[in-house]
Amino acid sequence: MYIKTKHTKFLVLLVCAVLGFMLAMQFKSTGRQKTVPVQRAEELTERLKAAEKDRERLTAEIESLKGGTAAFDKETQRLKALAGETPMVGKGIIVTIDDSAIPTTKPGSDTTNLYVIHDEDLLRVVNELRAAGAEAIAINGQRMVGTSEIRCTGPTVVINETRLAAPFVISAIGNPQTLESSLKIRGGVLENFKFWGIKADVKQSDAVKVPAVKQGHQFDYAKPVPKEQPAPAGAEPAKTGTAGK
Amino acid sequence: MIYAMIGLVIGILAGVFAPGYIPKEFATIFSVALMAGLDTVFGGLRAGMEGVFDATIFVSGFICNIILAAFFCYAGSLLNIDFYMVAILVLGMRIFQNLAIIRRLYLKK
Repeated sequence: MYIKTKHTKFLVLLVCAVLGFMLAMQFKSTGRQKTVPVQRAEELTERLKAAEKDRERLTAEIESLKGGTAAFDKETQRLKALAGETPMVGKGIIVTIDDSAIPTTKPGSDTTNLYVIHDEDLLRVVNELRAAGAEAIAINGQRMVGTSEIRCTGPTVVINETRLAAPFVISAIGNPQTLESSLKIRGGVLENFKFWGIKADVKQSDAVKVPAVKQGHQFDYAKPVPKEQPAPAGAEPAKTGTAGK
Repeated sequence: MIYAMIGLVIGILAGVFAPGYIPKEFATIFSVALMAGLDTVFGGLRAGMEGVFDATIFVSGFICNIILAAFFCYAGSLLNIDFYMVAILVLGMRIFQNLAIIRRLYLKK
């Protein structure tokens, strides 16, 4: 080593000190510069994970809500069908009933009443059809629902607050064989009709159309029972179906 | 030689215990400056071994190299020229050259 004076020694010491300082600073800073992005990356990764979790949760929520509305729609559809608020089509029978052709002895006499179709006759037919498993019944385009009435008003019959006159066309959707035999059974409705000469024609069809009930049902007095209490037996499902219409 | 070692230790200790860090934007410039400093010191070591050491040249070289390297780096960053790459390459080559000569001189002794 070729160092002449103390002055030189001092300069070498100074330069080396400066170099060492620079080295240490650079080393320190490099370590820090590395850790900062790493920390940031970790933080971002955590955030990303949280965001992904959130997204998954929300997606699941969307799915569940979608599923919920779908189920709700399905239930609504079912209840509407049950309440007769949707037109229905399917296999079934069409029964046409007309007044008797047998001439009555004295027009206007009491016996005339025996040869025309009464509300009771229609009720019996409807009753038989229902007992035979008819899923949807309409008389002259009037859908029979839970609140439908069949009522005598002189020469006409009122169904669903609509006056109807003979001939009556009763459309019923269900098993055609069962429905037909339920009416044609011995001692049944049609045999009784035959006795009085009331014309009844039963036709099976693959596409019986039953219209929807025409007017909605309003509840003025009845209120749904809160869920905690058990619903009273015999509650009409048709009523709940038409609620809120 | 011993003074150089003492100076290095003092500098390292000072750097380790000094507060503050080099800002990220100046890290490149500083690294190039450090490289220039290292080059000068190794050059000085080589000169010392060759017997042509001059303190004035050594100190002025040290300061000028550092300042020039830093300045070129800064100018390069302004002009979007990656000058620090060139500086590091050249200085690195020189450091290796100096080290090789030092090694040979040491072995010859």
